[in-house]
Amino acid sequence: MQIKEIEEEVFYTIQIFGDVDAASSINLDKAFDKVLSLKKEKILVDCTHLDYIASAGLGVFISYIEPFKEKNIQFVLFGLNEKVKDVFQILGLDNLLKMEDTEEAAKIHL
Amino acid sequence: MTHSYKATCICDNLKSIRTFVEETIASLAFSEVERNRLVLAVDEVCANLIIHAHQCNPEDNIQINIHQQEHQLIFEIINRDHQPFDLKAYQNPPLSKIVQERRKGGLGLVLVSEIMDDVSVNVKDDTCTWQLTKELKSSTTKP
Repeated sequence: MQIKEIEEEVFYTIQIFGDVDAASSINLDKAFDKVLSLKKEKILVDCTHLDYIASAGLGVFISYIEPFKEKNIQFVLFGLNEKVKDVFQILGLDNLLKMEDTEEAAKIHL
Repeated sequence: MTHSYKATCICDNLKSIRTFVEETIASLAFSEVERNRLVLAVDEVCANLIIHAHQCNPEDNIQINIHQQEHQLIFEIINRDHQPFDLKAYQNPPLSKIVQERRKGGLGLVLVSEIMDDVSVNVKDDTCTWQLTKELKSSTTKP
């Protein structure tokens, strides 16, 4: 798995590439932790190139819901493929996290 | 028909375990989403065993067997676990509690139980076998 971070205008984008599983989720956790310390407020999570997610990856997203809320940080996921979106839906996380199909739609949310 | 795969207990092997499962069930008429769910369930059990039961010890190993039967697909994950997980005593935690407690773990078995039709853990001598069963619809097996 690889992570790229892009800062553009008011948006801070985290791009995820490859598989987020029990071995690699630590890298996603580090990227989210960095967002907290940088005090960025509008976060886009680009899942266009995310091929697979396991519970360890879902756990990272869940564990930052409350800390982001406390710091007034908003984040939206976009570009999830059908099978990755399904994994979020199994647990009902699509009701807890904001998800959009495109980057444009995600930006409107923020 | 049975397919088997053995891997040492390091998390870097999870990818190859997923590839084994995906390739083994590729001939069955599952959709991409359904296939991913089955791969995910096996991945979750293997990750739990590698991390919690074996502390990522590369000298230990786990074996995955996939038995394709007429109406069922059975995934067995076999390991030597000295303190096997007590599945009967386990209750899925509510999602709201996990969010509130900012927990990163605790979702794997919830996924497994949502995906599979039956999950059991059997211990015999020093061998612990996780058995995940998926009932096959009549349209699942390609002619």
